[in-house]
Amino acid sequence: MRKRIQRGLAACALLIAAIGYAGCGNVHAVPKESGTSSPAAMEEPEELSGSILLVGSTSMETYVRTLAERYMDSHPDVKVRAEFAGSGAGIEAVLGGTADIGNSSRSLKDEEKEKGVVENVVAFDGIAVCVDRSNTLAGLTKAQLTEIYTGAVTNWSEVGGRDAPIVVVGREAGSGTRNAFEEILGVRDRCAYANELDSEGAVMARVASTPGAIGYVSLQVADGRVKLLALDGVSPAAETVGTGEYILSRPFIMATFGEISRQNALVQSWFSYVLGGEGQETAVFVGLIPVNDIAAQEGGEL
Amino acid sequence: MKTETKHPHSGSVMADRRKKNAAEGIAQTVFAACAFFVILAVVSITLYLLAKGVPALLQVGPGKILLGTVWKPTAAEPQYGIFHVILTSLAGTALAVLLGVPVGILTAAFLAEIADRRLAAVVKPAVELLAGIPSVLYGLLGLTLLNPLIYRLELTLFRDSPDHRFTGGANLLSAALVLAVMILPTVISVSETAIRSVPPGIRAASLALGGSRVQTVFRAVLPAAKSGIATAIVLGVGRAVGEAAAIALVAGGCVNPPFPFRSVRFLATAIVSEMGYAAGRHRQMLFTIGLVLFSLLMAVNAALTKIRKAGTGEHG
Repeated sequence: MRKRIQRGLAACALLIAAIGYAGCGNVHAVPKESGTSSPAAMEEPEELSGSILLVGSTSMETYVRTLAERYMDSHPDVKVRAEFAGSGAGIEAVLGGTADIGNSSRSLKDEEKEKGVVENVVAFDGIAVCVDRSNTLAGLTKAQLTEIYTGAVTNWSEVGGRDAPIVVVGREAGSGTRNAFEEILGVRDRCAYANELDSEGAVMARVASTPGAIGYVSLQVADGRVKLLALDGVSPAAETVGTGEYILSRPFIMATFGEISRQNALVQSWFSYVLGGEGQETAVFVGLIPVNDIAAQEGGEL
Repeated sequence: MKTETKHPHSGSVMADRRKKNAAEGIAQTVFAACAFFVILAVVSITLYLLAKGVPALLQVGPGKILLGTVWKPTAAEPQYGIFHVILTSLAGTALAVLLGVPVGILTAAFLAEIADRRLAAVVKPAVELLAGIPSVLYGLLGLTLLNPLIYRLELTLFRDSPDHRFTGGANLLSAALVLAVMILPTVISVSETAIRSVPPGIRAASLALGGSRVQTVFRAVLPAAKSGIATAIVLGVGRAVGEAAAIALVAGGCVNPPFPFRSVRFLATAIVSEMGYAAGRHRQMLFTIGLVLFSLLMAVNAALTKIRKAGTGEHG
């Protein structure tokens, strides 16, 4: 009997916690709505207030966080909130009206565009091919990379490395990075992965800790834990992606429901910041490639 | 008379009872409301899963999903076969139970029957601590410590088989090992309780008949505690089947038939790993996988209820 009561109490506690959590969600939602329907903001753009919610791609996390911080510095009354749940979740949130902007690191699908989601490209990102630090190889050709990922080549010695099996690491189906990588190499759905991991961080950790591993991550995520490979003799860097010499790149998108011009004043101000000089400078700052180089140069001089 | 002078403000017996009744009533309402919310949660989750998962199941066809072996949700002609994923969940759980349960039961027997108090005072908190470690940490440790070890084993075992797809140590074996450790606390604490509740007479009888301590544990105490131990195993199975976070990091994540050195994907990780980016039918299909997982856990729970009923029947 006592046990039953204890169980009941535990259930109550859980329930209260759950209600409390749901309550918090509502509190968050309130300022967002007041922001989106603030008519005063339309007339006086200097005194914008309210909040903007961005949901989406994990690859865009660093970029969006930096942008949000800098934007809030110059717009102190605006609260920019960002959640990183994946590109698909971001677009879903825009369609469902729960987010103002959906971050996507993959191009929108036709069915998504038909539903009214608009693809606003805000920057470009390179995809770095990385191996563990003990790997002696400096680079691969596109053909070799394709052979490795389709499973035709399974040992590093076949592409000029040491005699060690290749552990092919990739992302899960639906990932923006995987989508872009397979599309550019022309190996869509033909990849023979040994590991499919669900985040950039997991791929980094796996490649760093596994001798003979090869993986791909967003260029701005790659750090010293892994070694980046040159592709066809071109090493991955913002400059080489910008000039188009390095072929593995993809757009970063901030999707909206309807054109930017049809968004509320807050979201419009956000986009003019992101696509303007400072925003594009931020893109360069986090290792991305700006949408147009002219805007970036202006930003650099400011 | 005496009592009235001592408590001049306590009021009559009737008033007291009224107050008590009101308190009882309020308490009952609160309890009932809580119980109602719990039921509401269960029912709404079930309905939501059915509403989200069944359409895709019917549109693609249960046969193609449950028995299909190719999982290519984003291909031009998508295929949603989760046969290997289901098999992996079953095989991985079975392997984990096979590895973890003997260790768990023996630890429980040790704690309850053999260890002296000082030793038990060290082992028991350690077991409890094991239960408190977040599952992501198990995954992280598995990724950085266990996987490289297993990879070394894999390199030695498959040195001469050129067709083997090297997993870097992220495979079914690693996942099962991590799961085995994760189910230990559940198995140990539940079986320890079961062993402790065996009537002392059984032990005394065995010892009086000349049985050694170990004989007593294996021949008398453990058989007497079998329904409790079965509960422990089933609870362990439930924990293993539903685990996702740790496994996502150590199992490799590819959809393959479950062999020890193949990179595999479990039901729970299949949902977690692709939910972020999935859209349309692919997304619905993840809910269908959720439905399969849910049914599997329901079956585990049903087994548990059955064992518990059988257990109480024995004693009563």
